[in-house]
Amino acid sequence: MSMSDPFPLENIIDNFNGRVSVAANVTDMPCVVVSPKNLVALCLFLRDDQAFKFNFMADICGVDFYPNLPRYQLVYHLYSISLGWRLRIKCPLDDPPTAPTITHLWTTANWHEREAYDMFGIVFEDHPDLRRIYMWQEFEGWPMRRDFPLRGYKDKYNPFGAERPGAATSITKGPIGDIL
Amino acid sequence: MGSLTDRYKDNVLFTTSDNIINWSRRSSLWPETFGIACCAIEMIAAGCARYDLDRFGVVFRPSPRQSDVMIIAGTVTKKMAPIIRRLYDQMPEPRYVIAMGTCAISGGVYNTYSVVQGSDLFVPVDVHVAGCPPRPDALLHGMVLLQEKISASRQSKQAQDSSMPPLTQQPANIKENV
Repeated sequence: MSMSDPFPLENIIDNFNGRVSVAANVTDMPCVVVSPKNLVALCLFLRDDQAFKFNFMADICGVDFYPNLPRYQLVYHLYSISLGWRLRIKCPLDDPPTAPTITHLWTTANWHEREAYDMFGIVFEDHPDLRRIYMWQEFEGWPMRRDFPLRGYKDKYNPFGAERPGAATSITKGPIGDIL
Repeated sequence: MGSLTDRYKDNVLFTTSDNIINWSRRSSLWPETFGIACCAIEMIAAGCARYDLDRFGVVFRPSPRQSDVMIIAGTVTKKMAPIIRRLYDQMPEPRYVIAMGTCAISGGVYNTYSVVQGSDLFVPVDVHVAGCPPRPDALLHGMVLLQEKISASRQSKQAQDSSMPPLTQQPANIKENV
């Protein structure tokens, strides 16, 4: 197996009979679609199979397709350092979104999954440390969801924010609430 | 009588307490070594050899306990604001704050859920230095403005808060800036 060979996409399809499909409209790199139920098995296969050796989990992105269904999606990017291949895995999620963690396969997924949790509220089951990573722990809401106002909710430090629905008074939560 | 005058002429200086206190305060404005975003790069450049803030007695210090000025150089997120406030609280008085750049002044382009819309919402700001980021010259000008503000302040009992001395007399050319 060398870098000049075509990507053995059929190996994946054959090993996951009917459980993995190919996203044909993606042109920049091979792309497969898998349900969260089969995600861990697929990732384990891609990491350990000698034809792939995907030893580097490059990125995890969350996507919100609101108001379309299924609303959420996780996009994984894998890279094989020895073989030079890249692969994209798309994983559609229901609402509320939950997905299995892959931290036990690639340790780096820990912080990537925390980011997706922080920004989209995607819950990763069995994650060892599922806390917010950018926002403070008391922050309410999932900022990258499409129904979250771009300017956030109005408070003392954000006078241009949107009114929080159902809130009688704007009370700042979190570390900034008690500094003055 | 003439010999008495000559004896003291070169050794005694008559001035006001305001003058001598303000002179000492404005002549050694030590800022914190504290940068938050890209404005910090301009702040570093202002401190280096080409722009040389040292000539104004501005020497960066690594601790808020040794600092007189806090230069808020960059975007202040809501997560960062309490830490900046704590650094400000740790500075000994008299203390001054320069909000450097559009983000520190008003949030700038980051009119979002995570950015504080202006540093004066959580610390008293003495000088706003406009720009995105301001050039080192602008920060230098901000330092000179702060020195002018200190020169014009009074240390008498009427001043309620020594950290924010009231302006008794504004230099005519900087009215918009102070």
